[in-house]
Amino acid sequence: MKYLVSIGLETHVQLKTRTKMFCGCLLSTDCPPNTNVCPVCMGLPGALPLMNKEAIRKTVMSGLMLGCSINKYSRFDRKNYFYPDMVKNYQISQNTDPLCIGGGVDIGKGENIRRVRINHIHLEEDAAKINHYDRHSGIDYNRCGTPLMEIVSEPDMHSSSDAMEYLTALRQILVYAGVSDCNLEDGNMRSDVNVSVRPETSDRLGTKVEIKNMNTFKGICAALEFEIDRQTAILKSGGSVVQETRRWDGECGETFSMRTKENAHDYRYFPEPDLLPVMLDDGTIEQWRSELPELPGKKRERFKTQYSLPEYDAGVLCAQLPVAAFFEQTVQRGAAPKSVSNWIMTDLLRLLGQTGRDISDIPLTPDSFASLLKLVDSKSINTPTAKELFEELFEKGGEPEAIVKERGLGQVSDTGAIEEFAARVVAENPKVAADYVGGKAPALQYLVGQVMKLSRGKANPQMAAEIIKRKIAGE
Amino acid sequence: MRSDEISGMTVAAAADAMRAGKFSSEELVRAVFDAIDERDGLIGAYLTVDRDGALKEAKTADARRRAGESGDLLGIPVAMKDIFNVKNQPCTCASKILKGYIAPYDATVTAKLRTAGAVPAGRVNMDEFAMGTSTEHSAFKITHNPAALDRVPGGSSGGSAAAVAGGMALASLGTDTGGSIRQPASFCGCVGLKPSYGRVSRYGVTAFASSLDQVGPITKTVEDAAIILGAIAGADSRDQTVLDKPVPNYRAELRGASLKGLRIGVPDEYFVDGTDPEVMSLVRGAIDKCENAGAQVSRISLPHTRYAIAVYYICATAEASANLARFDGIRYGARCADAGSSLQSLYDRTRTEGFGKEVKRRIILGTYVLSSGYYDAYYSRALKARTLIRRDFEKAFSECDVIMAPVAPTPAYKLNSTVNDPLKSYLGDVFTVPANLAGICGISIPCGRTAADGLPVGLQILGPAFGETVLLRAAKACETEFGL
Ligand SMILES: [Zn+2]
Repeated sequence: MKYLVSIGLETHVQLKTRTKMFCGCLLSTDCPPNTNVCPVCMGLPGALPLMNKEAIRKTVMSGLMLGCSINKYSRFDRKNYFYPDMVKNYQISQNTDPLCIGGGVDIGKGENIRRVRINHIHLEEDAAKINHYDRHSGIDYNRCGTPLMEIVSEPDMHSSSDAMEYLTALRQILVYAGVSDCNLEDGNMRSDVNVSVRPETSDRLGTKVEIKNMNTFKGICAALEFEIDRQTAILKSGGSVVQETRRWDGECGETFSMRTKENAHDYRYFPEPDLLPVMLDDGTIEQWRSELPELPGKKRERFKTQYSLPEYDAGVLCAQLPVAAFFEQTVQRGAAPKSVSNWIMTDLLRLLGQTGRDISDIPLTPDSFASLLKLVDSKSINTPTAKELFEELFEKGGEPEAIVKERGLGQVSDTGAIEEFAARVVAENPKVAADYVGGKAPALQYLVGQVMKLSRGKANPQMAAEIIKRKIAGE
Repeated sequence: MRSDEISGMTVAAAADAMRAGKFSSEELVRAVFDAIDERDGLIGAYLTVDRDGALKEAKTADARRRAGESGDLLGIPVAMKDIFNVKNQPCTCASKILKGYIAPYDATVTAKLRTAGAVPAGRVNMDEFAMGTSTEHSAFKITHNPAALDRVPGGSSGGSAAAVAGGMALASLGTDTGGSIRQPASFCGCVGLKPSYGRVSRYGVTAFASSLDQVGPITKTVEDAAIILGAIAGADSRDQTVLDKPVPNYRAELRGASLKGLRIGVPDEYFVDGTDPEVMSLVRGAIDKCENAGAQVSRISLPHTRYAIAVYYICATAEASANLARFDGIRYGARCADAGSSLQSLYDRTRTEGFGKEVKRRIILGTYVLSSGYYDAYYSRALKARTLIRRDFEKAFSECDVIMAPVAPTPAYKLNSTVNDPLKSYLGDVFTVPANLAGICGISIPCGRTAADGLPVGLQILGPAFGETVLLRAAKACETEFGL
């Protein structure tokens, strides 16, 4: 019998705001433990939460990017549970009236594009970080109160690779929208997954198992695969899956039971009396909609039509918003789209990778990049010179035309000089010239190389080849 | 100045005297401390007094006066219920679980009092976490009613009322979640004002029930209540639930207060069997005096009053069960010395040891009404009934300016008479909780004493939400008319 897998994700995304969700503490990752706190985020007696409006805006913008409908009335609730990572022993979250409802993320390509529906997006506060040591545990409340957006998908994914595609697309969209860095190492994006398996013949979802709090895509993928195998094996042997919450242990590559349904938390949600409901009017929502960046998928399509780029190029350029922007700015300065794309894909991305630098803080600007490409197009410099110059602009910046002029890097297209070099090379290498006449094409390359050498790399190679051919032909 | 002068001294009179140079704030604060030394042994209103800190602040106030300031609260000592955060002072809420806790920040009301030049002088007793109506649920001490030492001062702000009535404070600050300012004011013969919900910031006030808690003064006169309300009311960037409405000069608004033409509603539901006959006749007598002085008295109905106690004990305990969850021995406060070896045992033992009986009872009740399967039957229905109670008042206030009623069904009762009968003490809140549920303002002013025991009895006046001006004017006119 074949089995069908259904996967749903609850993805927690830390929002990139200046301050925490309910207090004035700055969001900061590099403070000594428990120093970036105040009475509110430490849950001291009498402290009250204050709404971070920027977090509301960023959540709504995420919702708009993901095609959600925005609730004009939304509300915060208290989610009650005792654990030392939550200072008040309740979390301020949203239960019945979240900010965003519906929407979805497209996965797959071409014919196979499918939509993973989103159930809702709500906003809450992040918990503290607990570090476990041999004989004790330490709690760092610095992270406590970081705005955390939870994106809850429907169980529309059917394999670990679906889940990876969903997370990749989701991450790209959120980074695009500027709402989060989605930095996995920093725990900016963590997911709980729900998995169920059922026989192909059944039209009801199988028993759901939840796996908690994973922050690497690799971990999620491995946990899903393990869990799908585990559940399928249970069903194949005639058993039934227990509804429970499991924990992924990356070290041994297995999931372990944390608690079963009987021991599930009763969170006793009720409306948070310390905060007013969030009321959004059409004007505000439309204003925020107008501030949205283009979605990655839309941008890719536009790059293909507007700049006549192949699918592959559009995909690479649009993978990161700043790269796409750099491309467009360079093209706007008159450079040919395809050659800009080639240079970005081969040279720029390689240098960024090698140096670990961010495109937003390199000395190379779209201006200097465009002028460099103009020099190449007009054959004022040859390709090897251009590559060297590109690396220099990347490192130190500068004005290409001025540099070329100053150092005399300009390509020699002066026929007189090349004629002279060619005559000399043909005279000095009669055997090679004879080989060429005899049909050995690479011989010509050697002769051109010699001309280049004499010109100290500045000769126009095409021109040199033409002249050499003429010389050999005795013209 | 002499310590026995504190007894009869009002905030307004002390302010005038200091403006006239008759005594300094330092002398006034010293006199208050002398009074505490002489009297509090019998009454037991104060938990802790930071004398050095208060004297330092009194000197600062005197310096501000020399520099030209002259506000009504400049240099006035104010006793603080042990629920308010005052930086560097204990804030135990009369609970063992906060024993040793020192507040690292000022509540907004504390800060506003300081801005006005008032001196937070001493922390007074209360029912643990403001849960109770007799102050007998304090983990630390019993407070006696200065009017009859074998009786309770009321609660939960019993220490606040006893300090003022006992001649050990000019004025105090309390909180009122279901009557905790008005009822002790009534029991001790003081003026107790519960402002409308959203009038005064709750930031830094240890929460009992967030949607019901309000801060207010307990004083000797309506004028003093107006002075203090004027200082503590108004928008706060740290509390979203405070409305950004202008704060009138409440003291100035009292000028020309009169009962003539005042439309007084008297709700049938507040004059029912079960209320002490002497309380009933004193309150009726007070309303008659108002009518004789030119007020228009009419019977009104607040039909959903009968649900108020149930709704209150569902809403308040539900919120409390979450608000008190933070007291777990992990970050601050007392942790059980023998916490065991698991997180669960640390929680269990710390909370078992740290909380008193009444607090535990309410946490359990609140946890129960929010539990899955019970939420709809209790909490959800309570919220609906709460709306009906609010509408009752909205309708009533379209027909009258203020409502008059008893504060509590009885005068101050004997110590130990209700402490083991929670239901009886819950029912004692019947006339005060509706105002909290509706978010309106209310005040208790003395309207006489019982014949048999000479116990003070208060008249409750209720005003519409943010109708403090009307409320205080009515109270001021009554005070003048009653001549008490
Ligand atoms: Zn903070």
